[in-house]
Amino acid sequence: MTTTDMPQATSDDAAGRAEPMIRLDKLTKRYRGQSRAAVDQVTMEMPRGEIVVLVGPSGCGKTTTMELINRLIEPTSGRIYLDGEDVTTSDPDALRRRIGYVIQQIGLFPHFTVAENIGVVPKLLGWTKQRIGNRVDELLDLVGLDPSDYRGRYPKELSGGQRQRIGVARALAADPPVMLMDEPFGAIDPITRERLQNEFLRLQQQVKKTIVFVTHDVDEAIKLGDRIAILSEQSHIAQYDTPENILSNPASAYVEDFIGSGASLKRLNLSRVRDIELATDCPTARLDDELPEVRRRLVESDWSALLLLDERGRPQRWVNARDLDRTSVDLRTAGLPAVATVEPHATLSDALNEMLTSSAGAAIVVDRSGSYQGLIDFDTVMVTAKSIKRDSTEYYRAAKLSGAETAG
Amino acid sequence: MKPMDFYEYLKYNAEPLFDEAVGHVRLVAISIGIALVVGCALGVLAHRSARTRPVILAVSSTLLTIPSLALFALAIPLLGLGTPPAVVALVLYALLPIVRNTVVGLASVDQNVLRAARGMGIGSWRRFARIELPLAWPVVLAGVRVSTQIVVGIAAIGALVNGPGLGNEIFRGLRSLGSPFALNFVLGGTLGIVVVALLFDAMFILLRRFTTARGIR
Repeated sequence: MTTTDMPQATSDDAAGRAEPMIRLDKLTKRYRGQSRAAVDQVTMEMPRGEIVVLVGPSGCGKTTTMELINRLIEPTSGRIYLDGEDVTTSDPDALRRRIGYVIQQIGLFPHFTVAENIGVVPKLLGWTKQRIGNRVDELLDLVGLDPSDYRGRYPKELSGGQRQRIGVARALAADPPVMLMDEPFGAIDPITRERLQNEFLRLQQQVKKTIVFVTHDVDEAIKLGDRIAILSEQSHIAQYDTPENILSNPASAYVEDFIGSGASLKRLNLSRVRDIELATDCPTARLDDELPEVRRRLVESDWSALLLLDERGRPQRWVNARDLDRTSVDLRTAGLPAVATVEPHATLSDALNEMLTSSAGAAIVVDRSGSYQGLIDFDTVMVTAKSIKRDSTEYYRAAKLSGAETAG
Repeated sequence: MKPMDFYEYLKYNAEPLFDEAVGHVRLVAISIGIALVVGCALGVLAHRSARTRPVILAVSSTLLTIPSLALFALAIPLLGLGTPPAVVALVLYALLPIVRNTVVGLASVDQNVLRAARGMGIGSWRRFARIELPLAWPVVLAGVRVSTQIVVGIAAIGALVNGPGLGNEIFRGLRSLGSPFALNFVLGGTLGIVVVALLFDAMFILLRRFTTARGIR
């Protein structure tokens, strides 16, 4: 391989970027006494800074494949390259300290405080107390937990979602370039899971790790993955591509079957609220505005309802003309509560879900502090869904065409 | 016997009784200390290897079924008289609860915690000392407490092989049956053992508090 001749490239080098972060070469795991390999000659590359999702039915070997990377399971044959370096036979403990690891059950150490849990790997690496302490606080901030409140807590004093966040913080502690995540959101209730997924994506934008993510949930794969590897038995790769391409052009009947019906609906997981234009012409008023002024704004707009915001710009109530017509109106209780709010990084699927559950015709988009940004309505979602399909199909046709030309 | 007699007995025998109680405590403490080390080691071995587990558990439970009188007597030809045969016999009796609780305690450690620890690159020795043992410790300690309760009582028979302890007081009473002091001796020794047992138990409550990590208390 040419990479062995190259000087050890730093991660910002052009050469470094060309080399995938993780490369598996004919990686095989065969258990003693079993004729069939559990993982059979997997060859794949995981590019730097991307989330690669391994998805497949249970028993397909996706978790085994992941655990071959940090050698919790030792491969029978094949090679593992981390950042161009062959780590197939290096010291496994040293290797694992370079790879963040998050499992579904999280496995926080119950007798360690949150700070001690997060500090485990830095301590193994011989960091000073001061440095570990700073890093712990930094990570707690990053995962959205107040360090002064959470540093000294024990795992039993945390909720499921908080434990999950600490698990991620612990894996990030020594700033490893690679993270392995085995169904990290699998055991969490759907509402919290949705939120944690969104947080995870926001986090990844900041930390830009190379992440190998295992799940059996196609929707999760589509939502989180930069690339998805759909695996069949013995970890054979049925298709390895971007979610867009997998949805538009499934490589085989197996893939088509696996992504299942409702592929158009799944496409809504691919675009985010921030990517589309919000409706901002909806009339709004403050809760403490004078009633005649509120009425005037509603009448002067084309809208049938007006959104009331509190003093910090957070949506509170929807009111229509009839709500405002009464003789004494208390704006704090008039009309309907303003539910169905989404943040810009939510997917269109999330937005649609909010609309359907709240039976409002539109979802309210708010920023991270909860203040009003605009609206996203049903039609916008549908139009976007259609255009994604068209775009990606065209992209694929173009790719095939140019491929044919070079071949010819 | 008038109650006054027992009070008088205590008054005039306070010093020898106290010395015997100290001897009793020391005998139990030494035996439990040895049993803790040996029992933990056997427990870890039984936990790690499925093949040795039934053997270790069977042997340690059989030991507990040997009549104590016989075990003490059997130790004499090998170790002579005095403290050594008493300690050996008591260690053998103390083993089962410690071994069994060590096995149970280690088995109750959440496998996911250990998987996470391995995945983070914590080496096997450190994993045992920092994760497995501290998490199994409350269960191990409960075993040690049961062993201690058993051994405090059995230690009385140690007097039979010239061992130290409050058993001597009881045997003095048995030897002088019929004399006016016989009951006092037996009562003194027995109550002394009860007090020693209660003191040990109180100590274990404190020990449990101070040696159990806060997150799992």
